[in-house]
Amino acid sequence: MSITINDGVFIIISGLTIVSALGVVFSRNIIHSALFLVLAFLGVAGIFFELGAGFLGLVQILVYAGAISVLIIFAIMLVMNVEAEKTNLPNPSLKTHLWGACLALLLIITLGTSIWRSELFQVLGPPAVSDAVGLLAELMLGNYVVAFEVAAVLLLLAVVGAIILARGVEEE
Amino acid sequence: MEHWFLNIAHWLTSWLVSLGLAPVWAEVILLVGQWTCIVGIITLNVLVLIWLERKVAGFMQQRLGPNRLGPYGFFQTIADTLKLLTKEDIIPSQTDKLIFKIAPMFFIIVSVMLYAVLPMGQDMAVVNLNVGLFYFISVGSLSTICLLMAGWGSNNKWSLLGAMRSVAQMISYEIPLAFSLLGVVMISGSLNLSDIVQAQHNLWFILLQPVAFITFFIAATAELNRGPFDMPEAEQELTAGAFTEYSGMRWALFFLAEYTNLVAVSALAATLFLGGWQGPFLPSWLWIILKTYLIMMVFMWLKWTFPRIRMDHLMSLSWKVLIPISLVNIVLTGAGIEIFRWMGW
Repeated sequence: MSITINDGVFIIISGLTIVSALGVVFSRNIIHSALFLVLAFLGVAGIFFELGAGFLGLVQILVYAGAISVLIIFAIMLVMNVEAEKTNLPNPSLKTHLWGACLALLLIITLGTSIWRSELFQVLGPPAVSDAVGLLAELMLGNYVVAFEVAAVLLLLAVVGAIILARGVEEE
Repeated sequence: MEHWFLNIAHWLTSWLVSLGLAPVWAEVILLVGQWTCIVGIITLNVLVLIWLERKVAGFMQQRLGPNRLGPYGFFQTIADTLKLLTKEDIIPSQTDKLIFKIAPMFFIIVSVMLYAVLPMGQDMAVVNLNVGLFYFISVGSLSTICLLMAGWGSNNKWSLLGAMRSVAQMISYEIPLAFSLLGVVMISGSLNLSDIVQAQHNLWFILLQPVAFITFFIAATAELNRGPFDMPEAEQELTAGAFTEYSGMRWALFFLAEYTNLVAVSALAATLFLGGWQGPFLPSWLWIILKTYLIMMVFMWLKWTFPRIRMDHLMSLSWKVLIPISLVNIVLTGAGIEIFRWMGW
Protein backbone atom coordinates (compact mmCIF):
# COMPACT_ATOMS: atom_id res chain seq x y z
CA MET A 1 0.00 0.00 0.00
CA SER A 2 1.53 3.26 -1.08
CA ILE A 3 0.88 6.58 0.59
CA THR A 4 -0.33 9.35 -1.68
CA ILE A 5 0.15 13.07 -1.03
CA ASN A 6 -3.45 13.27 0.19
CA ASP A 7 -2.86 10.52 2.75
CA GLY A 8 0.28 12.27 3.98
CA VAL A 9 -1.56 15.56 4.40
CA PHE A 10 -4.38 13.79 6.24
CA ILE A 11 -1.96 12.03 8.60
CA ILE A 12 -0.14 15.28 9.41
CA ILE A 13 -3.34 17.29 9.97
CA SER A 14 -5.09 14.64 12.06
CA GLY A 15 -1.91 14.09 14.10
CA LEU A 16 -1.73 17.82 14.80
CA THR A 17 -5.42 17.81 15.79
CA ILE A 18 -5.02 14.90 18.18
CA VAL A 19 -1.84 16.26 19.77
CA SER A 20 -3.42 19.67 20.34
CA ALA A 21 -6.60 18.07 21.70
CA LEU A 22 -4.41 16.23 24.23
CA GLY A 23 -2.75 19.56 24.95
CA VAL A 24 -6.15 21.03 25.84
CA VAL A 25 -6.66 18.32 28.45
CA PHE A 26 -3.17 18.15 29.92
CA SER A 27 -2.17 21.84 30.07
CA ARG A 28 -2.13 23.16 33.60
CA ASN A 29 -2.67 26.73 32.48
CA ILE A 30 -6.19 27.35 31.23
CA ILE A 31 -5.01 29.97 28.72
CA HIS A 32 -2.71 27.39 27.15
CA SER A 33 -5.64 24.96 27.01
CA ALA A 34 -7.72 27.53 25.14
CA LEU A 35 -4.89 28.20 22.68
CA PHE A 36 -4.45 24.46 22.09
CA LEU A 37 -8.19 24.36 21.39
CA VAL A 38 -7.64 26.93 18.61
CA LEU A 39 -5.03 24.62 17.08
CA ALA A 40 -7.38 21.63 17.36
CA PHE A 41 -10.17 23.54 15.62
CA LEU A 42 -7.78 24.68 12.89
CA GLY A 43 -6.82 21.03 12.42
CA VAL A 44 -10.47 20.03 12.04
CA ALA A 45 -10.91 22.85 9.53
CA GLY A 46 -7.90 21.46 7.66
CA ILE A 47 -9.58 18.04 7.49
CA PHE A 48 -12.70 19.70 6.05
CA PHE A 49 -10.54 21.38 3.41
CA GLU A 50 -8.85 18.09 2.62
CA LEU A 51 -12.27 16.48 2.06
CA GLY A 52 -13.20 19.25 -0.37
CA ALA A 53 -15.66 20.94 1.98
CA GLY A 54 -14.00 24.37 1.97
CA PHE A 55 -17.07 26.26 3.11
CA LEU A 56 -17.52 24.09 6.20
CA GLY A 57 -13.82 24.46 6.98
CA LEU A 58 -14.10 28.24 6.86
CA VAL A 59 -17.21 28.16 9.06
CA GLN A 60 -15.18 26.05 11.48
CA ILE A 61 -12.44 28.71 11.55
CA LEU A 62 -14.80 31.69 11.82
CA VAL A 63 -17.25 30.28 14.35
CA TYR A 64 -15.06 28.04 16.50
CA ALA A 65 -11.44 29.17 16.24
CA GLY A 66 -12.37 32.86 16.00
CA ALA A 67 -14.63 32.72 19.03
CA ILE A 68 -11.94 31.20 21.26
CA SER A 69 -10.70 34.72 21.98
CA VAL A 70 -13.94 35.34 23.89
CA LEU A 71 -13.40 32.11 25.79
CA ILE A 72 -9.88 33.24 26.72
CA ILE A 73 -11.25 36.56 27.96
CA PHE A 74 -13.74 34.70 30.17
CA ALA A 75 -10.94 32.47 31.46
CA ILE A 76 -8.82 35.53 32.28
CA MET A 77 -11.69 37.28 34.02
CA LEU A 78 -12.72 34.22 36.05
CA VAL A 79 -9.30 33.03 37.18
CA MET A 80 -7.29 36.23 37.37
CA ASN A 81 -6.67 35.98 41.11
CA VAL A 82 -5.31 32.41 41.01
CA GLU A 83 -1.77 31.63 39.87
CA ALA A 84 -1.93 30.95 36.12
CA GLU A 85 -0.09 27.63 36.43
CA LYS A 86 -2.81 26.23 38.69
CA THR A 87 -5.92 27.13 36.73
CA ASN A 88 -6.56 23.83 34.97
CA LEU A 89 -5.39 21.13 37.39
CA PRO A 90 -6.46 17.50 36.93
CA ASN A 91 -9.12 16.20 39.29
CA PRO A 92 -7.38 14.15 42.02
CA SER A 93 -10.16 11.64 42.83
CA LEU A 94 -10.04 8.17 41.26
CA LYS A 95 -13.81 7.87 41.10
CA THR A 96 -14.22 10.79 38.69
CA HIS A 97 -11.47 9.33 36.52
CA LEU A 98 -13.37 6.04 36.27
CA TRP A 99 -16.65 7.75 35.46
CA GLY A 100 -14.92 9.82 32.81
CA ALA A 101 -13.33 6.76 31.26
CA CYS A 102 -16.72 4.96 31.17
CA LEU A 103 -18.40 7.93 29.48
CA ALA A 104 -15.61 8.24 26.94
CA LEU A 105 -15.78 4.51 26.16
CA LEU A 106 -19.56 4.73 25.70
CA LEU A 107 -19.14 7.69 23.33
CA ILE A 108 -16.47 5.90 21.31
CA ILE A 109 -18.59 2.73 21.00
CA THR A 110 -21.73 4.65 19.97
CA LEU A 111 -19.98 6.84 17.43
CA GLY A 112 -17.81 3.99 16.15
CA THR A 113 -20.66 1.55 15.55
CA SER A 114 -22.89 4.16 13.92
CA ILE A 115 -20.10 5.23 11.56
CA TRP A 116 -19.17 1.60 10.86
CA ARG A 117 -22.73 0.61 9.97
CA SER A 118 -23.61 3.72 7.96
CA GLU A 119 -23.05 4.12 4.24
CA LEU A 120 -20.56 6.88 5.06
CA PHE A 121 -17.89 4.31 5.86
CA GLN A 122 -16.71 3.86 2.31
CA VAL A 123 -13.74 5.24 0.49
CA LEU A 124 -15.19 7.82 -1.87
CA GLY A 125 -13.50 9.89 -4.53
CA PRO A 126 -13.40 13.67 -4.28
CA PRO A 127 -16.93 15.15 -4.22
CA ALA A 128 -18.42 15.89 -7.62
CA VAL A 129 -20.14 19.02 -6.31
CA SER A 130 -18.59 22.28 -7.46
CA ASP A 131 -21.02 24.74 -5.89
CA ALA A 132 -21.36 23.38 -2.36
CA VAL A 133 -22.35 26.78 -0.95
CA GLY A 134 -25.36 27.07 -3.25
CA LEU A 135 -26.54 23.56 -2.39
CA LEU A 136 -26.15 24.20 1.34
CA ALA A 137 -28.07 27.46 1.00
CA GLU A 138 -30.89 25.72 -0.84
CA LEU A 139 -31.12 23.05 1.86
CA MET A 140 -31.02 25.53 4.75
CA LEU A 141 -33.38 28.12 3.30
CA GLY A 142 -35.53 25.62 1.38
CA ASN A 143 -36.24 22.18 2.81
CA TYR A 144 -35.11 22.92 6.34
CA VAL A 145 -36.02 26.61 6.59
CA VAL A 146 -38.27 26.15 9.65
CA ALA A 147 -35.63 24.29 11.64
CA PHE A 148 -32.99 26.82 10.56
CA GLU A 149 -35.04 29.82 11.65
CA VAL A 150 -36.10 28.15 14.91
CA ALA A 151 -32.45 27.54 15.73
CA ALA A 152 -31.71 31.20 14.99
CA VAL A 153 -34.52 32.38 17.29
CA LEU A 154 -33.33 29.97 19.98
CA LEU A 155 -29.80 31.43 19.83
CA LEU A 156 -31.21 34.95 20.01
CA LEU A 157 -33.24 34.00 23.09
CA ALA A 158 -30.13 32.52 24.69
CA VAL A 159 -28.21 35.76 24.09
CA VAL A 160 -31.00 37.92 25.48
CA GLY A 161 -31.33 35.58 28.47
CA ALA A 162 -27.60 35.74 29.13
CA ILE A 163 -27.67 39.54 29.06
CA ILE A 164 -30.59 39.65 31.50
CA LEU A 165 -28.91 37.13 33.81
CA ALA A 166 -25.68 39.11 33.73
CA ARG A 167 -27.18 42.55 34.26
CA GLY A 168 -30.13 41.63 36.46
CA VAL A 169 -33.65 43.02 36.08
CA GLU A 170 -34.24 46.47 37.55
CA GLU A 171 -36.62 46.45 40.53
CA GLU A 172 -39.73 48.53 40.04
CA MET B 1 2.82 44.07 -20.40
CA GLU B 2 -0.53 42.68 -19.32
CA HIS B 3 0.69 39.09 -19.18
CA TRP B 4 4.23 39.56 -17.83
CA PHE B 5 3.72 37.72 -14.57
CA LEU B 6 1.47 35.02 -16.02
CA ASN B 7 4.12 34.37 -18.67
CA ILE B 8 6.84 34.08 -16.04
CA ALA B 9 4.74 31.58 -14.06
CA HIS B 10 3.90 29.59 -17.17
CA TRP B 11 7.53 29.56 -18.32
CA LEU B 12 8.72 28.45 -14.86
CA THR B 13 6.29 25.51 -14.71
CA SER B 14 7.04 24.30 -18.20
CA TRP B 15 10.80 24.59 -17.55
CA LEU B 16 10.48 22.54 -14.34
CA VAL B 17 8.38 19.89 -16.12
CA SER B 18 10.91 19.74 -18.95
CA LEU B 19 13.58 18.97 -16.32
CA GLY B 20 11.64 15.77 -15.63
CA LEU B 21 9.73 16.90 -12.54
CA ALA B 22 6.17 15.66 -11.96
CA PRO B 23 3.60 18.41 -12.74
CA VAL B 24 2.33 18.25 -9.12
CA TRP B 25 5.74 19.14 -7.72
CA ALA B 26 6.16 21.86 -10.34
CA GLU B 27 2.89 23.35 -9.05
CA VAL B 28 4.15 23.10 -5.47
CA ILE B 29 7.39 24.90 -6.38
CA LEU B 30 5.40 27.56 -8.24
CA LEU B 31 3.23 28.04 -5.14
CA VAL B 32 6.32 28.47 -2.95
CA GLY B 33 7.67 30.98 -5.46
CA GLN B 34 4.41 32.92 -5.44
CA TRP B 35 4.40 33.11 -1.65
CA THR B 36 8.02 34.22 -1.60
CA CYS B 37 7.16 37.01 -4.04
CA ILE B 38 4.15 38.07 -1.95
CA VAL B 39 6.17 38.19 1.27
CA GLY B 40 8.97 40.10 -0.46
CA ILE B 41 6.61 42.63 -2.01
CA ILE B 42 4.81 43.12 1.32
CA THR B 43 8.06 43.71 3.19
CA LEU B 44 9.44 46.19 0.67
CA ASN B 45 6.07 47.89 0.35
CA VAL B 46 5.93 48.47 4.10
CA LEU B 47 9.14 50.51 3.86
CA VAL B 48 7.40 52.80 1.37
CA LEU B 49 4.18 52.86 3.39
CA ILE B 50 5.80 53.90 6.67
CA TRP B 51 7.68 56.68 4.89
CA LEU B 52 4.42 57.75 3.18
CA GLU B 53 2.49 57.66 6.46
CA ARG B 54 5.06 59.88 8.17
CA LYS B 55 5.12 62.27 5.23
CA VAL B 56 1.29 62.46 5.16
CA ALA B 57 1.24 63.01 8.92
CA GLY B 58 3.79 65.77 8.53
CA PHE B 59 1.80 67.39 5.75
CA MET B 60 -1.41 67.28 7.82
CA GLN B 61 0.33 68.82 10.83
CA GLN B 62 2.19 71.45 8.81
CA ARG B 63 5.67 70.08 9.40
CA LEU B 64 8.20 68.40 7.16
CA GLY B 65 8.28 64.80 8.33
CA PRO B 66 11.45 62.76 7.72
CA ASN B 67 13.80 64.82 5.54
CA ARG B 68 17.43 64.05 6.45
CA LEU B 69 18.32 60.75 4.78
CA GLY B 70 18.11 60.56 1.01
CA PRO B 71 15.70 62.44 -1.24
CA TYR B 72 12.66 63.63 0.82
CA GLY B 73 13.93 61.51 3.70
CA PHE B 74 13.13 58.32 1.81
CA PHE B 75 15.99 56.29 3.32
CA GLN B 76 14.81 57.02 6.88
CA THR B 77 12.65 53.88 7.08
CA ILE B 78 15.50 51.76 5.70
CA ALA B 79 17.78 53.08 8.44
CA ASP B 80 15.06 52.42 11.03
CA THR B 81 14.63 48.86 9.76
CA LEU B 82 18.37 48.21 9.98
CA LYS B 83 18.33 49.52 13.54
CA LEU B 84 15.42 47.23 14.46
CA LEU B 85 17.13 44.22 12.88
CA THR B 86 20.28 44.70 14.94
CA LYS B 87 18.57 45.34 18.28
CA GLU B 88 18.87 42.91 21.16
CA ASP B 89 15.96 40.48 21.49
CA ILE B 90 14.62 41.28 24.96
CA ILE B 91 12.18 38.87 26.59
CA PRO B 92 11.07 40.12 30.01
CA SER B 93 11.54 37.52 32.76
CA GLN B 94 7.97 37.45 34.08
CA THR B 95 6.29 36.74 30.73
CA ASP B 96 4.52 33.60 29.54
CA LYS B 97 7.57 32.87 27.37
CA LEU B 98 6.23 30.59 24.65
CA ILE B 99 3.08 32.64 24.02
CA PHE B 100 5.10 35.85 24.12
CA LYS B 101 7.46 34.50 21.48
CA ILE B 102 5.00 33.00 19.02
CA ALA B 103 2.35 35.75 19.12
CA PRO B 104 4.09 38.07 16.61
CA MET B 105 4.87 35.13 14.29
CA PHE B 106 1.24 33.98 14.25
CA PHE B 107 0.11 37.55 13.68
CA ILE B 108 2.28 37.97 10.59
CA ILE B 109 1.36 34.50 9.26
CA VAL B 110 -2.36 35.29 9.54
CA SER B 111 -1.91 38.63 7.77
CA VAL B 112 0.10 37.12 4.93
CA MET B 113 -2.46 34.32 4.50
CA LEU B 114 -5.08 36.95 3.61
CA TYR B 115 -3.31 37.48 0.28
CA ALA B 116 -4.04 33.95 -0.94
CA VAL B 117 -7.39 34.88 -2.48
CA LEU B 118 -6.86 38.50 -3.55
CA PRO B 119 -6.89 38.83 -7.34
CA MET B 120 -3.88 41.06 -8.07
CA GLY B 121 -4.64 41.25 -11.76
CA GLN B 122 -6.52 39.31 -14.38
CA ASP B 123 -6.23 35.59 -13.43
CA MET B 124 -3.62 36.52 -10.82
CA ALA B 125 -5.04 35.21 -7.55
CA VAL B 126 -2.82 32.60 -5.88
CA VAL B 127 -5.88 30.44 -5.17
CA ASN B 128 -9.07 31.09 -7.12
CA LEU B 129 -11.26 30.01 -4.22
CA ASN B 130 -15.03 29.70 -4.69
CA VAL B 131 -15.66 31.18 -1.26
CA GLY B 132 -12.81 33.71 -1.41
CA LEU B 133 -14.60 36.55 0.33
CA PHE B 134 -15.65 34.27 3.18
CA TYR B 135 -12.06 33.00 3.45
CA PHE B 136 -10.84 36.58 3.84
CA ILE B 137 -13.28 37.30 6.68
CA SER B 138 -12.77 34.06 8.59
CA VAL B 139 -8.97 34.04 8.36
CA GLY B 140 -8.96 37.73 9.29
CA SER B 141 -10.89 36.90 12.46
CA LEU B 142 -7.91 34.86 13.70
CA SER B 143 -5.77 37.97 14.19
CA THR B 144 -7.83 38.76 17.31
CA ILE B 145 -6.39 35.68 19.00
CA CYS B 146 -2.85 36.74 18.15
CA LEU B 147 -3.36 40.14 19.78
CA LEU B 148 -4.80 38.40 22.84
CA MET B 149 -1.77 36.10 22.98
CA ALA B 150 0.51 39.14 22.91
CA GLY B 151 -1.53 40.88 25.58
CA TRP B 152 -1.71 37.88 27.90
CA GLY B 153 1.84 36.65 27.32
CA SER B 154 3.34 40.05 28.19
CA ASN B 155 2.01 39.76 31.77
CA ASN B 156 1.51 43.51 31.93
CA LYS B 157 -1.63 45.45 32.85
CA TRP B 158 -1.41 47.80 29.88
CA SER B 159 -0.92 44.92 27.48
CA LEU B 160 -3.88 42.98 28.87
CA LEU B 161 -6.14 46.04 28.82
CA GLY B 162 -5.11 46.80 25.25
CA ALA B 163 -5.75 43.19 24.22
CA MET B 164 -9.18 43.18 25.91
CA ARG B 165 -10.09 46.39 24.12
CA SER B 166 -8.95 45.10 20.76
CA VAL B 167 -10.95 41.88 21.18
CA ALA B 168 -14.12 43.77 22.11
CA GLN B 169 -13.61 46.15 19.22
CA MET B 170 -12.68 43.59 16.58
CA ILE B 171 -15.50 41.17 17.44
CA SER B 172 -18.07 43.99 17.44
CA TYR B 173 -16.90 45.41 14.13
CA GLU B 174 -16.65 42.05 12.38
CA ILE B 175 -20.46 41.98 12.21
CA PRO B 176 -21.03 45.26 10.28
CA LEU B 177 -17.97 44.40 8.17
CA ALA B 178 -19.45 41.09 7.04
CA PHE B 179 -22.98 42.48 6.69
CA SER B 180 -21.86 45.41 4.55
CA LEU B 181 -20.18 42.97 2.16
CA LEU B 182 -23.39 40.95 1.78
CA GLY B 183 -24.92 43.64 -0.46
CA VAL B 184 -22.06 43.19 -2.93
CA VAL B 185 -22.38 39.41 -2.73
CA MET B 186 -26.14 39.61 -3.35
CA ILE B 187 -25.72 41.72 -6.49
CA SER B 188 -22.87 39.72 -7.98
CA GLY B 189 -24.33 36.39 -6.83
CA SER B 190 -20.93 34.94 -5.90
CA LEU B 191 -18.40 34.74 -3.09
CA ASN B 192 -15.57 34.32 -5.58
CA LEU B 193 -13.52 37.53 -5.71
CA SER B 194 -12.70 37.12 -9.41
CA ASP B 195 -16.42 36.76 -10.22
CA ILE B 196 -17.17 39.86 -8.15
CA VAL B 197 -14.59 41.80 -10.19
CA GLN B 198 -16.14 40.50 -13.43
CA ALA B 199 -19.61 41.58 -12.23
CA GLN B 200 -18.36 45.18 -12.02
CA HIS B 201 -17.52 45.25 -15.72
CA ASN B 202 -20.10 47.96 -16.47
CA LEU B 203 -20.60 49.68 -13.13
CA TRP B 204 -18.46 49.81 -9.99
CA PHE B 205 -20.23 48.61 -6.86
CA ILE B 206 -19.37 51.81 -5.01
CA LEU B 207 -22.08 53.46 -7.12
CA LEU B 208 -24.62 50.69 -6.51
CA GLN B 209 -23.75 50.21 -2.82
CA PRO B 210 -22.54 53.58 -1.44
CA VAL B 211 -23.94 52.87 2.03
CA ALA B 212 -22.26 49.48 2.14
CA PHE B 213 -18.96 51.07 1.10
CA ILE B 214 -19.08 53.65 3.91
CA THR B 215 -20.08 51.02 6.50
CA PHE B 216 -17.31 48.74 5.27
CA PHE B 217 -14.79 51.54 5.43
CA ILE B 218 -15.63 52.49 9.02
CA ALA B 219 -15.72 48.86 10.17
CA ALA B 220 -12.43 48.14 8.39
CA THR B 221 -10.75 51.08 10.12
CA ALA B 222 -11.82 49.59 13.44
CA GLU B 223 -10.74 46.06 12.43
CA LEU B 224 -7.31 47.40 11.53
CA ASN B 225 -7.03 49.16 14.91
CA ARG B 226 -6.17 52.36 13.08
CA GLY B 227 -6.95 55.89 14.18
CA PRO B 228 -9.46 57.28 15.00
CA PHE B 229 -10.29 53.80 16.34
CA ASP B 230 -6.87 52.91 17.76
CA MET B 231 -8.12 52.46 21.31
CA PRO B 232 -6.22 49.15 21.76
CA GLU B 233 -2.93 51.03 21.36
CA ALA B 234 -3.95 54.43 22.74
CA GLU B 235 -0.39 55.61 23.40
CA GLN B 236 -1.38 58.30 25.88
CA GLU B 237 -3.20 55.93 28.25
CA LEU B 238 -1.88 52.42 27.57
CA THR B 239 1.74 53.13 26.49
CA ALA B 240 1.39 50.86 23.45
CA GLY B 241 -1.43 48.49 24.39
CA ALA B 242 -0.68 44.86 23.61
CA PHE B 243 2.76 45.76 22.21
CA THR B 244 4.07 47.48 25.36
CA GLU B 245 6.61 44.79 26.30
CA TYR B 246 7.76 44.09 22.76
CA SER B 247 10.92 45.57 21.32
CA GLY B 248 13.32 45.04 18.46
CA MET B 249 12.41 42.60 15.74
CA ARG B 250 9.37 41.13 17.54
CA TRP B 251 7.82 44.56 17.77
CA ALA B 252 8.76 45.18 14.14
CA LEU B 253 6.86 42.03 13.16
CA PHE B 254 3.68 43.44 14.73
CA PHE B 255 4.25 46.70 12.91
CA LEU B 256 4.84 44.85 9.66
CA ALA B 257 1.69 42.78 10.17
CA GLU B 258 -0.43 45.86 10.82
CA TYR B 259 0.66 47.43 7.54
CA THR B 260 0.24 44.07 5.79
CA ASN B 261 -3.35 44.01 7.01
CA LEU B 262 -3.82 47.60 5.86
CA VAL B 263 -2.71 46.73 2.33
CA ALA B 264 -4.84 43.56 2.27
CA VAL B 265 -8.01 45.33 3.43
CA SER B 266 -7.43 48.23 1.01
CA ALA B 267 -6.93 45.75 -1.84
CA LEU B 268 -10.15 44.00 -0.79
CA ALA B 269 -12.03 47.32 -0.81
CA ALA B 270 -10.64 48.10 -4.27
CA THR B 271 -11.64 44.63 -5.47
CA LEU B 272 -15.17 44.77 -4.10
CA PHE B 273 -16.15 48.38 -4.66
CA LEU B 274 -13.77 49.99 -7.18
CA GLY B 275 -13.86 47.40 -9.93
CA GLY B 276 -10.72 45.49 -8.90
CA TRP B 277 -8.11 45.13 -11.63
CA GLN B 278 -10.41 46.47 -14.34
CA GLY B 279 -9.46 49.71 -16.04
CA PRO B 280 -8.47 51.13 -19.40
CA PHE B 281 -4.96 51.50 -20.96
CA LEU B 282 -2.80 50.25 -18.08
CA PRO B 283 -2.21 46.54 -17.30
CA SER B 284 -4.54 45.01 -14.72
CA TRP B 285 -1.91 44.53 -11.97
CA LEU B 286 -1.02 48.23 -12.15
CA TRP B 287 -4.67 49.22 -11.78
CA ILE B 288 -5.16 47.21 -8.60
CA ILE B 289 -1.98 48.76 -7.13
CA LEU B 290 -3.18 52.28 -7.98
CA LYS B 291 -6.64 51.68 -6.51
CA THR B 292 -5.19 50.07 -3.38
CA TYR B 293 -2.90 53.07 -2.83
CA LEU B 294 -5.84 55.44 -3.35
CA ILE B 295 -7.79 53.70 -0.58
CA MET B 296 -4.75 53.59 1.69
CA MET B 297 -4.34 57.35 1.26
CA VAL B 298 -7.93 57.79 2.48
CA PHE B 299 -7.14 55.59 5.50
CA MET B 300 -4.12 57.79 6.31
CA TRP B 301 -6.12 60.97 5.72
CA LEU B 302 -8.74 59.78 8.25
CA LYS B 303 -6.13 58.69 10.80
CA TRP B 304 -4.39 62.07 10.90
CA THR B 305 -7.61 64.13 10.73
CA PHE B 306 -9.84 62.76 13.48
CA PRO B 307 -9.09 62.55 17.21
CA ARG B 308 -9.41 59.18 18.95
CA ILE B 309 -12.96 58.43 20.12
CA ARG B 310 -13.98 57.05 23.51
CA MET B 311 -14.27 53.27 24.01
CA ASP B 312 -18.00 53.23 24.90
CA HIS B 313 -18.80 55.54 21.97
CA LEU B 314 -16.85 53.17 19.77
CA MET B 315 -18.90 50.16 20.86
CA SER B 316 -22.25 51.92 20.61
CA LEU B 317 -21.33 53.18 17.13
CA SER B 318 -20.97 49.57 16.02
CA TRP B 319 -23.99 48.03 17.75
CA LYS B 320 -26.49 50.88 17.56
CA VAL B 321 -25.60 52.57 14.27
CA LEU B 322 -23.55 50.46 11.88
CA ILE B 323 -25.27 47.09 12.38
CA PRO B 324 -28.83 48.48 11.90
CA ILE B 325 -27.71 50.47 8.85
CA SER B 326 -26.08 47.46 7.26
CA LEU B 327 -29.16 45.28 7.98
CA VAL B 328 -31.42 47.87 6.32
CA ASN B 329 -28.99 47.99 3.41
CA ILE B 330 -29.30 44.21 2.97
CA VAL B 331 -33.11 44.38 2.93
CA LEU B 332 -33.16 47.31 0.47
CA THR B 333 -30.60 45.58 -1.79
CA GLY B 334 -32.72 42.42 -1.84
CA ALA B 335 -35.84 44.44 -2.67
CA GLY B 336 -33.94 46.36 -5.35
CA ILE B 337 -32.68 43.18 -6.99
CA GLU B 338 -36.23 41.75 -7.06
CA ILE B 339 -37.65 44.97 -8.54
CA PHE B 340 -34.99 45.02 -11.28
CA ARG B 341 -35.70 41.39 -12.07
CA TRP B 342 -39.44 42.06 -12.16
CA MET B 343 -38.90 44.92 -14.59
CA GLY B 344 -36.93 42.49 -16.71
CA TRP B 345 -33.46 44.11 -16.58
